[in-house]
This record gives sequence, structure tokens and C-alpha cells, in this order.
Amino acid sequence: MSDTLAGLVSIAALVALLALAYRPLGDYMAAVYSSDRHLRAERLVYRLTGVDPRAEQSARSYAVSVVGFSLVGVVLLMAMQLAQAHLPFSRDLPGVPFWMSFNTAASFVANTNWQSYAGESTLGFTVQMAGLAVQNFASAAVGMAVAVALIRGFTRARTGNLGNFWVDLTRGTLRILLPIAAVGAVLLMAGGVVQTFSDTPMDTLAGHGQVLTGGPVASQEAIKELGTNGGGFFNSNSAHPFENPNGYTNLLEVLLILLIPVCLTRTLGTLVGNRRQGLAVLAAMGVLFAVSLAAVTAAEVGARSQAAQAAGAAMEGKETRFGEWASALFAVATTGTSTGAVNASHDSLTPTGGGMVLLNMMFGEVTPGGVGSGVYGMLVLAIVAVFIAGLMVGRTPEFLGKKIGARQMTYVATYMLVTPALVLVGTGVAIALGSTSDALGNPGGHGFSEVLYAYTSGANNNGSAFGGITVTSDFFQITIGLAMLLGRLVPIVLVLLLAGSLAEQGRVPTTAGTLPTHKPVFVTLLVGVVVVFTALTYFPALSLGPIAEALA
Amino acid sequence: MIKDFSRQSLAALRMLLVLTLLLGVVYPVAVWAAGQAFGARAEGQPVEVDGAVVGSRLLGQQFEGDAWFHSRPSANDHDSLASAPSNLGPSSTDLLALIDERRATVAATEGVDEGDVPPDAVTASGSGLDPHISPAYAALQAPRVAEANGLELSVVADLVEEHTDGRSLGFLGEPGVNVLELNVAVLEETRR
Repeated sequence: MSDTLAGLVSIAALVALLALAYRPLGDYMAAVYSSDRHLRAERLVYRLTGVDPRAEQSARSYAVSVVGFSLVGVVLLMAMQLAQAHLPFSRDLPGVPFWMSFNTAASFVANTNWQSYAGESTLGFTVQMAGLAVQNFASAAVGMAVAVALIRGFTRARTGNLGNFWVDLTRGTLRILLPIAAVGAVLLMAGGVVQTFSDTPMDTLAGHGQVLTGGPVASQEAIKELGTNGGGFFNSNSAHPFENPNGYTNLLEVLLILLIPVCLTRTLGTLVGNRRQGLAVLAAMGVLFAVSLAAVTAAEVGARSQAAQAAGAAMEGKETRFGEWASALFAVATTGTSTGAVNASHDSLTPTGGGMVLLNMMFGEVTPGGVGSGVYGMLVLAIVAVFIAGLMVGRTPEFLGKKIGARQMTYVATYMLVTPALVLVGTGVAIALGSTSDALGNPGGHGFSEVLYAYTSGANNNGSAFGGITVTSDFFQITIGLAMLLGRLVPIVLVLLLAGSLAEQGRVPTTAGTLPTHKPVFVTLLVGVVVVFTALTYFPALSLGPIAEALA
Repeated sequence: MIKDFSRQSLAALRMLLVLTLLLGVVYPVAVWAAGQAFGARAEGQPVEVDGAVVGSRLLGQQFEGDAWFHSRPSANDHDSLASAPSNLGPSSTDLLALIDERRATVAATEGVDEGDVPPDAVTASGSGLDPHISPAYAALQAPRVAEANGLELSVVADLVEEHTDGRSLGFLGEPGVNVLELNVAVLEETRR
């Protein structure tokens, strides 16, 4: 079988598997969040945590819960890292430096999983599995809870209440993430992903020293992909043969990455009582994903860079068992969602490939986006789209039976400004500092791209990197750490306030004058809004980095 | 608001402790227990020679000299405690110089034209621990390895074939030759 045919069949297989899961998983998730029943295990959790599962929360109270849960998570995770030397299974490693522990804690709580450390040389097994992996679950469950709260804003009328955060968090974790992650971990081990609790030093065949590194990798790998987290157990992430040993595990990991973000659009359609609305949102995501995949694949397979031409193929930073096709698919899936796991070096991608994955993050992580964050991000963009359409025809915009007024647009406009401000201000300040040039792994325009990529990845909660840049200085640890936390929590608070303001309204009846938001015309408009908004925001920055490099 | 925040934060702390016990201890241990069914497969697939572990079939190693098949270039000298790619950019002059240098070295080592050196022989992998080389790079090295070990080329070529991992399920990923297993097979062949 030729590489091209194998690559195309792999993509077709991925699409088929997602299509198979779409209805059952999407409807199951809708049922999880709208059920009145509590499982026995859940009742135990509520008793242990002192939560009243029947209590409804206002938008404000829901937001306080999310922010409180996140900040407590940061503190707890920092404490574990700082105290690492005293924890069991720590491989004799010392405590993590203070600002690195802050950056890492912020990163995992914010579902970003930016990594300024190298897992195998910095962290013991306890911090990895009882610290980082726990936040892999929790941060993903938070994202889904916020998406569901926004959907409730549309489906509920004349109430200030959005549900109960603790119930949504517990259900998302116990009924959705944990069962799928457990199955995923077993399927990954079947493919050769390791799950041990020890390292084995040895002499290699040619007499060099090497350590057969172990660790609870499979359990962490499954949730790392499923929760669109992306923090690798090892420094080289899913390029490492123990995290991703072959083509089968690679496709499984891409499937886990896309599974929940894609199926949540069905959940959306089911909950709002219009499944075509879910499909319309998915279509907008899918169009952007497909264009991106085509561009990255063409650039990588076509060896469109100086280095690739010199070597004969774009194999720098890629693994033999994946080649260009599977590396391009992984790169687009991981940046189109807010995952940030990598199975190849993004820094060494061709200029078009690297620029495209950067653009995927700049879209705001909506193609199809992170677990939960993709859906709420795309719904916010959909509101912008109906607003623009409303301006064109001179009608008060409506979306899913709710009026979009000044209050809603204030939340939406602020949401749209937060992440770009964090990215561009962060990049600008970093570039203005003389010390930054010493931190770059590559000179010139590509070095600029490394900085732009870092802040784009942090503020959009992706977590992948143009890894040549050294980000262990206090400046980068603190500023990227803040970009991740603010890029996560500020949009979430705005989404919840938006949801609350929608839930307070009554429903407006659909009339002949209502813009249908489940038809191809609207999908086109939505895609246009995403592209135009991103282009207007980032074109100057992009032209200094990847565009300049591609034209050189 | 502040009262609400502190009350909620207490619930958050309790929730995190419960989740840590369930997701951070019970879950990974349960996965480990399930992994026992897969034996060495979930333990990094150690490779033994004369009863001693000499590596993992999944971790690339450093080989030099004529008697061995060589791995791909590694940005971290195959250090499994520091897995990493080079992260050199697509227009990096450093990378272009490295590619030229590697091409000349491989061509000289194998006694072939520079134009015959395959891409994976001149590029560093994504992990620095790539266990595979392309079938083309293995074919390029086979005559040298056969001669250095006093083996027939056809015998070595058969070993290469035998230790080539095809695409998973016939279509996922790309074929590669497992360098460690191939070198172990060559070693065993010379001992016959």
C-alpha cells in the first residue's frame, strides 16, 4: 500500500469511528447532564464533600465555584511538586523549583498542559499520576460543565439558575471521562504503551548505559488525549515510543482527542431540541479542520521547506513509524482541539505546516476545540455571527430562541478580546526584552514564531510548543503561567455570565423573520466570522513569523 | 461573595482530595492490574541477550562501528532520561549544515553516492529514541554489516525483512525496521 493510500484510508477510518460514536456518545452525554438520578458513587462523593446536589446555582455562584475549584487546584498541585522529595515513588528527584511549579500547576488546571519541565527528568510517579493526571480529569470535566451551563442558558427561561457545578463536575468525571479513559488505557496497553512503577537501568547491546524508563504512562496517556489536555509523561510527548508505540496507538490517540469535542455537538443539538443545530456547529468546525488538514498534509508530504528539500523529506523531528501523513493528522487534531500533545516536533514542521497549526490555535480552539471549551467557544462565535447578520438586515439578533442584546454582546465582545490581548501583549513584551533572544532555539523570523507560538498556545490553553525556545526563566514561567490561567478563567466567567443573562430571558418565538442558524448559509457565515476575526487580529503577527518564513 | 468563595473553596478542597484518591491512586493502579494481562507488552518490551536485558524493543539505541546497523541521528544521543527532538526550524542554517554533514558521513560509511542516502538517515527523530529506520536505510547498511560479520548478504537481507514492522492493521503508520532486534538477530546469526 502506498503512503498516500494508507494516509487517506487512515483519515477515512478516523472519520468512520467518529461517525459511529457521534449519536450514542452525544446522546449519552446529554442524558448524563439532564438526568435527575444520582448514582450511589456520586451520592458518596457529595456526602464526603459536603455538597447538596439539589441546590441550584446562579451564574455568579457557578462561576465562584469554578474559580475556587481551579485556584485550590493550583495551590494543591504546587504543594505536591514542591514537596516531591518527600512523596513516595518519586524516583529520588528533588522538589520542583517554585516558579516552575506555579507554571505547571497553572498549566494543568487550565487544561493547557504547557510543559516547561521534562517529565522523565523532573517528576516522580506520584506527582504525575496523583497530581497532574487528576487535573487532566478535573480540568476536562470543568470545561464540559461550563459548556453545559451555557447550553442551559439557552434552554431555560425566566430563571437565574444554571444547575449545580459540583454535580456537573462529578457526573462528567465519573460517568463520561473515567469509563472512556479506562477503556482507552487498556487499548493503549494492548498496543504497547507502558504501565509500570519502576525504572530499569541497563547496558545496551553496544555497551552504552540507558534506562528502561517506566511509569504509569497508559493511565495518564488515555486521559491526556481524551480530556484534550496534552501533557506528556515524557518530554517528547506522543513522539516517545512508550507513549505512542505504533500506527494503531497513534490513530487511537487521535480518536480519543477528537471524540468528546466532536460528540458534544450532538449533545448540544439534543439538549436544545434541534439536532440540526448541533450538526451545523459541527459542520463549521469540520470545514476549518479539513482545510487545515489538507494544507498541513500537503506541506509536509510535499517537503515544502529548505531543510526538507535538503534531506529529501520533511522527516526532521518525525518518527519513522508515523511518517509525514500520521504526523500531519496528529498535529492538526492536537491544535484544532486544545490538546497540545505532539507526535512530532512542531518547531521543525515546514513553514506552512507550522503556520497552520499556529493558526488553528488562533481560531480560539474551536475546530473542534477542547472538551467543552470547543462548544462554548463556537457558540460565542455563533452569537457574533447572528449579531453581524442582525446588523445587515436591521433586526434584533436572536440565537436559539434568545434575544442577543447589549448585555449579551458586552460579554461576547469582552470574551473575544481577552485571548488575543493576552497573546499579543505577552508576545510584544517578551520580544521587547533583550533577554528573550538568548532563549530562542532558532534565529530570525522563526525565533519570533517560537515566542508567538508560546503565548498563543498558553492563552488559548493548547499547550504544544515550538519547543526550541527555552522557557525556564522566571519571566516566561510567570507570564505564560498567568496567560494560561487568565486565558482559561476569564472567558469561563464571561461565558457563565452570558449563560445567566440568557437564562433570565423568556423565549422568543421563531417567526419568518428569524435567521435559521442550522442551515448551510449560517454555517458559511460562521466560518467566515471565525476566519475574518482571526485574520484581522493576528495577520500582522503572523506575517512577521511563519508567513515571512514561507515566502523566504 | 467572599463568604461564598471561602465556603466553595472548602468544598473544592474536599472534592479534589476525593478525586485524587479515585483518579490519582485507584485508577492508575487498576490500569496497572489490568495491564498484567498483557505481560511484557505493558512493561516496555525488554529485549534480552544471554539472560541480561540489553534494551527495550521500543527505545532506539546508539550503535557505532561496521558490525551493527546504525539508528537514525538522535538529538539527545539516545538518552532515555531526556527524550527530545532537535527543534531546529525548517530554514535553520544549523539544520541544513547538519543534514549535509550526515549525508557525507553516511555515504562514506556505506560507500554509496550521497544521492542514495535516504531522508531518515540525515534527520533526527521526534523523540531522539526512534526504534526504527526506514527499509531503505536498512538496505543501504546491509552489505556493510554482512561483510563486517562474515555473513552472506542474503542472510542479512532476510533478517532485515524479518524485523521490519509493517503498518499496523496494514494501513496505520509507516513500515520501519526495528534496529535493536535486527542487531540482536545479526549477533545470534554470527554465533551459529
